[in-house]
Amino acid sequence: MSKTINLTLKVWRQEGPEKKGRLETYPAKEISTDMSFLEMIDVINDRLTLDGKEPIAFDHDCREGICGMCGAVVNGHAHGPEKGTTLCQLHMRHFSDGDTIVVEPWRARAFKVIKDLVVDRSAFDEIIRAGGYISANTGGAPDGNAIPIPKEVADTAMDAAACIGCGACVAACPNASAMLFVGAKVSHLGLLPQGRPEAARRVQSMVDRMDELGFGNCTNEAECEAACPKEISITNIARLNREFLKAKLFSPHS
Amino acid sequence: MNWVVNALKAAIGKKLMMAVTGLAFCGFLTVHLIGNLTLYGGRDLFNSYAEHLHSLGPLVTVFELVLLALAIVHVLVGLTLFYENWRARPVRYCMNKWAGGRTIGSATMPYTGLILLAFVILHLMNFHFVDKTGRTIFEIVAGAFAQPWYVAVYVVAVIAGAIHVSHGFWSAFQTVGASHPKYMPLIRGVGILFSLIVGIGFGAIPIYVYVAVT
Repeated sequence: MSKTINLTLKVWRQEGPEKKGRLETYPAKEISTDMSFLEMIDVINDRLTLDGKEPIAFDHDCREGICGMCGAVVNGHAHGPEKGTTLCQLHMRHFSDGDTIVVEPWRARAFKVIKDLVVDRSAFDEIIRAGGYISANTGGAPDGNAIPIPKEVADTAMDAAACIGCGACVAACPNASAMLFVGAKVSHLGLLPQGRPEAARRVQSMVDRMDELGFGNCTNEAECEAACPKEISITNIARLNREFLKAKLFSPHS
Repeated sequence: MNWVVNALKAAIGKKLMMAVTGLAFCGFLTVHLIGNLTLYGGRDLFNSYAEHLHSLGPLVTVFELVLLALAIVHVLVGLTLFYENWRARPVRYCMNKWAGGRTIGSATMPYTGLILLAFVILHLMNFHFVDKTGRTIFEIVAGAFAQPWYVAVYVVAVIAGAIHVSHGFWSAFQTVGASHPKYMPLIRGVGILFSLIVGIGFGAIPIYVYVAVT
């Protein structure tokens, strides 16, 4: 049996990147607890539109926690207070009648606010462009199991590859650092034999690009790991540090 | 040598400098604490420890210069990281919550660090750059810790130091990439244990001296 609750929303409204933003208060009456957080905003937006007001701009796409488009800081938590979920997987049943919910966009110098809750995360694309790939010549498909990879290695690489690039790590980091994102990419490519030939070049150019884009420095707060909807471990940051040190010390290209 | 400069300028390079100098300070704290424990043996043991230490002559000077160099790197890089990290988020959140990764140690690193810097300067003025003619080091220490406010300042600074070390120790291992599912829990545990030893070991000395001399 579905239940409804009444909430008060305080949402960051900002008309454009250069405009000054502010928190605005909206009543959210009769919200079904079966709704996701994004569906709740849809309902509020319908009501705002009917009132002739500008709806709240927010990013979303798949709404099943795999695309990495959605995300906002809800009551001080990136993607809301639930562990291992994206904002679209956060359900209103986790809130109580009468709650006030503060919704803010990701905050980082490298992630500029475009409008309301929408931020420009193209800085992540820039980092990927710097080395988050494998330059394989396409040709005939290789035979299955031609390159043996131990199960543990494949699993660790897969855990890192679960990163959806949503940016919650940067949003949750007290220093707005992108080390978990870069660590996940460097790990998932560098752990597999296909990624090894470019490993030293990859880690150096991705870290350099990360620095240029104005992300902060990692101070091992581990907030990223706690906020990550894919629960990516900070052991990937240790691996990134190790790969970086190894590349700087032993690679002829540094 | 350009590659060294480039490596150290990067975010990870700066962290590496913090980790390596920080771990060196952990080593120094251990030696310093072992030496200071001679205070519990009374006036003669402590004075004889100080005499033996200073009989090493130029070795002590070299050691002091190395410590000074480490301190300059640790403080300057630390302040740079503090500034850069503050700058990386120009618009702050209206609502701040901890997601579950932070500890009191990790959240207060720059502040406990600055307290330690102020303390180290005070500590050196108290016992290092002090007129030692006509009185032994034990008398200087006993004289200082006969004053309750000195005891209080030292205890507060030592607590700040213990909090700093509680994050710094494991963090240094993480930064140099020494992370292994088998050993990381041990490193974390040793870090907490080490911070407790530092806190209780150094913190008890001024209290003991105060009680003993008054």
